[in-house]
Amino acid sequence: MTVVDLSSRRADAAAAPPRAVLEVRDLVTHFPTRTGVVKAVDGVSFTVERGKTLCVVGESGSGKSVTARSILQIVDQPGRIVSGSMLLHRPDGSAVDLATLHPRGREIRAVRGAEIAMIFQEPMSSLSPVHTVGDQIMEVLLLHLRLSKKEARARTVELLRQVEIPHPDKAVDRYTFEFSGGMRQRVMIAMALACNPAMLIADEPTTALDVTTQAEILDLIKRLQQQHGMAVMFITHDMGVVAEIADEVLVMYHGKVMEAGPVDQIFHAPQNDYTKMLIGSVLKLEQKAEIRLKRAPLAEDAPSVIEIDNLKMHFGSPAAPIRAVDDVSLQVKAGETLGIVGESGSGKTTMGRCLLRIYQPTGGAMRYRKADGTVVDLVTADKETLKLCRREIRMIFQDPVGSLNPRMTVAQIIGEPLLVNGIAKGSELDDRVSVLMDQVGLNPDWRERYPHAFSGGQRQRIGIARAISLNPRVIVADEATSALDVSLRSQMLDLMMRLQDELKLSYVFISHDIGVIRYMCDRVSVMYQGRVVETGSTDQVCDAPQHAYTQALLSAIPRPDPRLRSMHKRHRYIA
Amino acid sequence: MLKFIAKRVLWMIPSLVVISFMAFVLIQLPPGDYVTTYIATLAASNEVVDQNTAADLRARFGLDQPMIVQYWKWITGILLRGDFGLSFEWQQPVGDLIWERMALTLVLTFATLLATWGLALPIGIFSAVRKYSIGDYIATFFSFLGLAIPSFLLALVLMYLAAVEWGQEVGGLFSEQYLNAPWSLAKVWDLIGHLWIPVIILAVSGTASLIRVMRANMLDELNKAYVTTARAKGLSEFRLLMKYPVRLALNPFISTIAWLLPNLVSGSIIVAIVLSLPTAGPLLLQSLMSQDMYLAGAFILLICTLTLIGSLISDILLALVDPRIRLE
Repeated sequence: MTVVDLSSRRADAAAAPPRAVLEVRDLVTHFPTRTGVVKAVDGVSFTVERGKTLCVVGESGSGKSVTARSILQIVDQPGRIVSGSMLLHRPDGSAVDLATLHPRGREIRAVRGAEIAMIFQEPMSSLSPVHTVGDQIMEVLLLHLRLSKKEARARTVELLRQVEIPHPDKAVDRYTFEFSGGMRQRVMIAMALACNPAMLIADEPTTALDVTTQAEILDLIKRLQQQHGMAVMFITHDMGVVAEIADEVLVMYHGKVMEAGPVDQIFHAPQNDYTKMLIGSVLKLEQKAEIRLKRAPLAEDAPSVIEIDNLKMHFGSPAAPIRAVDDVSLQVKAGETLGIVGESGSGKTTMGRCLLRIYQPTGGAMRYRKADGTVVDLVTADKETLKLCRREIRMIFQDPVGSLNPRMTVAQIIGEPLLVNGIAKGSELDDRVSVLMDQVGLNPDWRERYPHAFSGGQRQRIGIARAISLNPRVIVADEATSALDVSLRSQMLDLMMRLQDELKLSYVFISHDIGVIRYMCDRVSVMYQGRVVETGSTDQVCDAPQHAYTQALLSAIPRPDPRLRSMHKRHRYIA
Repeated sequence: MLKFIAKRVLWMIPSLVVISFMAFVLIQLPPGDYVTTYIATLAASNEVVDQNTAADLRARFGLDQPMIVQYWKWITGILLRGDFGLSFEWQQPVGDLIWERMALTLVLTFATLLATWGLALPIGIFSAVRKYSIGDYIATFFSFLGLAIPSFLLALVLMYLAAVEWGQEVGGLFSEQYLNAPWSLAKVWDLIGHLWIPVIILAVSGTASLIRVMRANMLDELNKAYVTTARAKGLSEFRLLMKYPVRLALNPFISTIAWLLPNLVSGSIIVAIVLSLPTAGPLLLQSLMSQDMYLAGAFILLICTLTLIGSLISDILLALVDPRIRLE
C-alpha cells in the first residue's frame, strides 16, 4: 500500500502551471420533455483559471445550475449534453474533454470529487441523514486516494479542523442533523476539499444561510482557495456576493451567456441590456423607493393601529422554555410600514404569527384599534371578536407555490375570504375578484386558471390579492419577496406600496433582507434571539445603527459594488 | 435504550391483561357455546341429544359458570401452570396442538419471507432506477398481475398442474410415509420438496405489492440531493445506490415487521385450507367456527403477544438503523 503524497500534485503544478483549469466551449445541454426540448444550456463558453473565482449569475431558470452539473455530467434525468467541449487541463500538461466521457464511465468518475469537486445549496438534504459526517468524507478519500481506513480518518479530522468545526475528533462520528446549517455547509466544503481538487464548483452554497454565516463561509472558501490555489466556479443569484468575491463574472439568461467579463466591468460598465437591468434592479434596492421619497413623511403623532406590549411566546416545557418571542414591545402606526429584520431563529416569524394569533402568546398584550376607535386585546379576544379582527389583519406568505392550493382556480383562491365570510357570492363575487386582480396587475381573464399556470411573481400577486380582498387595515408580510428573483422584487414592493397608499394599509414587513427593508419600510425593529434590540426610523437603523448586533449584521451584508468590498472589515456580535 | 426497552416490556403486561379479557369476551359474544355447536353437529347426523346430556356436558366443560369465573380459571391456569386449557373438539391440551403447528408455520412463513424479499427488493430497485424502461414495464405488468390473482385460485391452478401434468403429489407438507415419522434428513428433504408450491403461492401477491412499495420508496429517494452529492464524489452508480437511496428506502420495511409476526398465525388461511397445510391458520379458523373457546382464546392471545413483540422489535431496529430516531 503506497501512500499518495497529497502535495505532489501541487508541486508538479508549480513546475508548469497551466493557467486555465477548465475551458468550456459552446456547451449545449437539453432536457427532452413531452412538450418539446428545453434548451437549459444553449451554447455557453467560459474559462476557469487557477486561483481565480468565476461567478455565474442569473435568475431562476437561467441554466446556471445545469451548466455546473453538466461539467461533472451529473445533470438530472432526462437532461443530456448535446454538443460542445469541456477541456480539463491537468497539471502535467495533458487535457481531457469531459464532454466526450461516458456519464457513468470510470474516467469521469475519477474526475468527480478528485479533480473537480462540488458543493450544493441545501447542506441539509445534500448530506445523507443516516451516515456519519466522517463516513461521508472518508468515502471520497478511500475511493480516490486509496488511503487505509485509519489514514482516511486522520485526514478527515484534519479536514474538519481546516473548515473550523469545533472538536473535529468528535464531530467525525456525529450525524448531519446534529449540526447547524452553517456547520453542515462546512462539512460539505471539507468533503469537497478532501482530495485537493484543482477546481471547486459551488452551487449557491450560501443561499440557505444567514448573512453572518454566509460571510464566514465565503471567507472560508476564499482562504482555502488561496491555500490550495484552486479555481472556483461560484454560482449565485446574489449580486452582493458576486461583487464581494468574483474575479470574473458570467451573466446568464435563458441558457445563454448575456455578458462575461471582469467583475468591475460588469458592475460599472455593463454592455448588455439584461445585465444593465439586473444591476439596475439590485441598485434600486440599495436605497429608499422613489414613491416613498416623494411622499410626505408620516405625522409623528399618527395614531397606532397595533400596540404590542411585553409580548411573550414560549415553546416547550414551562420549566425551561424556548423564548421564541421574549418580552417584545412595538407599535404599528396607521399607514406606516414597520420592518422586522433578523436572522433565522430570531423569532420574527413567530412574532408575525402571534399577531394573527396563529400561536396563542404566553403573555403580554396586543392592543388592536379598530376603525371605529374601540380597542381590542388580541391576546385575550374571544373567538367572535378574533374572527372579526382577522378580517382586518391579513397575511402574505413567503412561498408563493406552497401557499396557494393547486386544485383551486385563481378566482376561487382570491374569492375564498369573501365567500367564507359571507360577504359576496355568485356574480358579485366574480366582479369583486376581477377588480382585485386588476388592482394587483393581473389580467382578470386569467381567473379560471390554476396557480401552476402562473410565474413566481404572478403567484405572489395572487397572494396579495387574496390578502387585500377583505379591505384589511393591517397586512403582515412574512418574507413576501424572498422567493422572488431580484428583478421582480422591486416590482412587488412597488405594488405593495401603491396598494398601501390607495387602501390606507399598515404593513408589518418581516424580512431578513436589509435591502428590501430599506426600500420599503418607514421604521425598523431589529430582532435577535427573541428580543427587539433596536427600533428606529429606517434611515437611522440602516445608516447609523446603535446596537452592536445591528452593526455586526449590517457589516456582514455584501454590498453590490466590487469597489466597496467590506467583508474583511466585518465583525461578529457575541451576546 | 435499555430503559426504553424495559419500559415497553413493562407496559406489555397491562396491555396483555386487557387484551386477554377482551379476547375472551369476544369469543363468548356469538350466541351459544361449544355444546350448542356440538349438538347441532350431532343433530345433522340424526343423533338426538336431550337437555340433560347437554347440561352434563356444560357442567363438565365448566360452561355453566359465569363468564368472569371462566375467565379467571383460564387466565390463572395460563399464568400459574402454563396450562392453556383443553381443546373441546380435539380433546387434547391446547398447548400441544398449537406448538406442533407453529413450528411448521414458522418454517413456511420464513421461507415465504425470504422468497418475497429476495425477489421483490432487487426488482423494485431495478424498476425504480430504470423507470419507464422495458424492464420496468415488464416488472410492473407482472406485479399488477400478481396483485390481481387471488392466491387461492393460484393454489388451485398450481395444484392441478403439479398433480396432473407433473405427477407430483400435492397438499400438505409431507409425503404419507413421513407424516408421523420422527425427524430425519430424509424427512427434511421431503419437507423442502413439498414447500415450494405453498411458498410460490404465498410469495406471489406479497412480492407483487412489495415491488410496488419498494419502487415508490426508491423513486422518492433517488431525486434527493444527497444522491447527487454522492454522484459528484465519483462513486460508481451501483455503490452509491446501495449505500444511500436503498438504505433509506428500506427503512419503511422495518416498520412492517410489526405485523409480520401476527401474520404467522392468522395469515394465508384460505391457501392453507386449499392446500391442506398443517399450519396454524386453518386450526384457528376451525376453532372459531366451533366455538372451541380455549383453543381460539390461546390463538388470539398468541396473535396479540406477537403483535406487541413485533412492534417492539421494529421500534428497536428502526432506532438502530436510523440515527435520527431517538428512543426515550
